Amino acid sequence: MIPELGHFALILALLVALVQGTLPLVGAAANSPRLMAMARPAARAQAVLVAFAFGCLAWSFVSNDFSVQNVAANSNSELPLQYRVAATWGSHEGSLLLWTLMLGGWSFAVSLFSRNLPLPLVARVLSVMGLISVGFLLFLLFTSNPFERLVPPAVEGNDLNPLLQDPGMVFHPPLLYMGYVGFSVAFAFALAALLGGRLDATWARWSRPWTTVAWSFLTIGIALGSGWAYYTLGWGGWWFWDPVENASFMPWLTGTALIHSLAVTEKRGAFRSWTVLLAILAFSLSLLGTFLVRSGVLTSVHAFATDPARGVFILAFLAVVIGGSLALFAWRAASVGLGAAFGVVSRESTLLGNNILLVVAMASVLLGTLYPLFLDALNLGKISVGPPYFDAVFYPLMAPAAFLMGVGPVARWSAAPLPELWTRLKWALGVALAGALILPLVLGRWSPLIAFGLFLALWIFASTAANLRQRLASTPRRGLLARLGANSPSYYGMLLAHLGVGVFVVGVTLVKGYEVERDVRLDVGDSVAVGNYDFRFLGVTPAPGPNYRALVGTVEVRKGAQLVETLKPEKRIYNASGQAMTIAAIDTGLRGDVYVSLGEPVGAGGSDDIAGAWSVRVYLKPFIDWIWGGALLMALGGFVAVSDRRYRLAVRRRATAFDAAAAPGAAD
Amino acid sequence: MKAARWSIPLAIFLVLLAFLWVGLGRDPREVPSPLIGKPAPAFSLPRLHEPAATLSNADLKGKVWLLNVWASWCVSCRTEHPVLMQLAASKRVPVYGLDYKDRPDAGRAWLAQNGNPYAASIVDLDGRVGIDYGVYGVPETFVIDKEGVVRYKQIGPLSEEAVQKTILPLVQELEK
Repeated sequence: MIPELGHFALILALLVALVQGTLPLVGAAANSPRLMAMARPAARAQAVLVAFAFGCLAWSFVSNDFSVQNVAANSNSELPLQYRVAATWGSHEGSLLLWTLMLGGWSFAVSLFSRNLPLPLVARVLSVMGLISVGFLLFLLFTSNPFERLVPPAVEGNDLNPLLQDPGMVFHPPLLYMGYVGFSVAFAFALAALLGGRLDATWARWSRPWTTVAWSFLTIGIALGSGWAYYTLGWGGWWFWDPVENASFMPWLTGTALIHSLAVTEKRGAFRSWTVLLAILAFSLSLLGTFLVRSGVLTSVHAFATDPARGVFILAFLAVVIGGSLALFAWRAASVGLGAAFGVVSRESTLLGNNILLVVAMASVLLGTLYPLFLDALNLGKISVGPPYFDAVFYPLMAPAAFLMGVGPVARWSAAPLPELWTRLKWALGVALAGALILPLVLGRWSPLIAFGLFLALWIFASTAANLRQRLASTPRRGLLARLGANSPSYYGMLLAHLGVGVFVVGVTLVKGYEVERDVRLDVGDSVAVGNYDFRFLGVTPAPGPNYRALVGTVEVRKGAQLVETLKPEKRIYNASGQAMTIAAIDTGLRGDVYVSLGEPVGAGGSDDIAGAWSVRVYLKPFIDWIWGGALLMALGGFVAVSDRRYRLAVRRRATAFDAAAAPGAAD
Repeated sequence: MKAARWSIPLAIFLVLLAFLWVGLGRDPREVPSPLIGKPAPAFSLPRLHEPAATLSNADLKGKVWLLNVWASWCVSCRTEHPVLMQLAASKRVPVYGLDYKDRPDAGRAWLAQNGNPYAASIVDLDGRVGIDYGVYGVPETFVIDKEGVVRYKQIGPLSEEAVQKTILPLVQELEK
């Protein structure tokens, strides 16, 4: 009964979404307040219905209702409760329902926090989001119904993919989708601006917080996914340039460009058509990501459920949404205009430079991801593009971007005289150069790449400090605290996010520069010296788990004679599926991780001889946690920036917004 | 041409769309199996419906046959099942089933309910034979010739189109 209620709620949601997607749009065109006013209640009703359907599915999972095909295929009565909940979005159908739920949630939020917005804009934004929802609900109901019954019901479920039975995977998809789907708000704002022909500083101010929040969630989601890959795949890698990782990374790169472009549009009225294009692209790439993952056009470990009929549907949906919005852009962008002009060296030009680098980086990732598909489509053979391509293309693009990141916030709007930039940044440059030359020697080994990476990180730190110093010096208050308090959260959010990039660069540089990876065969009692540590293997013992049998190894880590840590890497065999999983044991520290994972038994008795020798992977990963720490700082910066009161103030008259922004030296 | 500039993103997208459309019709997993052209790995397993009797690949020498890897727990098998039933009814080629990592009673119940397209099914309880055949996703289908050599491997559900355009023509050729 409960699954049928969920199914029925989805059908109702589709009908409501149709109303939400059409009538307010017509109302905005015909200037009918009555039709436009339907947007908010429709959006809320739709969100509640989808949430109800989602609750029904979650209930079916929690109560082990194996008469539902989706539950039977993705859950098991032995599965612990938290993973039964997570299994709700562990399947293709469930993850799409989560997508739709997120879209409903964002629409609901827009309907709540839009009191200051003009009604036609709200109507258009919610309508566009309603139309997207229509597409997803149709897709769910016609090709991927999560409530499909299984006749006769299964006695026992097939179990959730063991790879997904992990705390990181409980949170990764919802956070990632919050980000993906959150870009739909910026997208809807962009289309509303194109439709209404109104695109100005106030429009940018409305779009900014939505975009920043979505971007922050996406950042955390990607970081969680990367951390998950690090400790569950057992190879110590944190980024694989896997098509699905790329699918989430492309919207992130575009979203990053969009955030900065929106800042310029708000402050200076410039970059308007560029901002609109980025908003369309960010969400289009989120949709493309969904297509790539769900249609199975690319091989990937993530493509759990692939089905050509679904692929055709998503492709048609992509054609309508992306094709339609880009056609609208081609038709209306000219009326939006380019906005104010700016000097060759100015804050605008550095931001534009960074935007272009980010978009080119995104395009190169897109090309690398789809290249195998292009070649196959042209009958030129089947190939796969791996890390060598991405490393070769991506780092050289990001290095100048990291450098410009130090210059941009210090440069003046409109025109920044070079001598002035030099005075402001010479100390930062000196500190970064000196640190880059000396630090690698302190850390161990000097190499040009390590020095260069550290230079970029130190440059970001030092130029951010220089920016703060100069900002405080020019704040017309007495006393440090008063000066600190006089600056806006959005300014501090920007600093925090930029520091996050610096921290991230430190992590990447030092891991790539100094990591040690040893795969060794260890008999019980054997030791191996790696770096400054001594690893002693004490054998493997069986241990029970809730829905798996584990083999737990014991490895003592010593530094000199002192015991640092006893690590217990695991090998698990899941009861229901018989699949094996490797759980690495990691001693995490600010200065780096000690990572041990079990390979295979290699004793004399063959693969069943668990009491004998094992192949063991022993890795030292210096400063690796800085990678995720940096990502979290970036996201935190985003949230801090959004807390700025400015975004919640009643909208001033349109005219004054531009005047204020055009004043010389207007901040951030 | 100022207006043309704004259409560039649309043009790029349309090209991309065309590629995605073509890509959709292809299977990136359609990697040639290393088994193709080699003798099918030997097996001798209990029959699903007469557990006391066994079936081995040597029993099937001299005829062209299909080996279909299936299981009662396999959801995609439900989509391919009607295609298999039709193929069985046409009596063009015998299909033998490998009930992969499945409980025999569950397998029998599943066939009883959905219909049994197989000349016979064998039970691969621990999946050993599946490993020999390089099974990495159920369902999979192998075409094996009179000499017991693997000629073709289909990963994923058989479609009506795959049967008509690939499998049956190949079977016809092999039977000559």
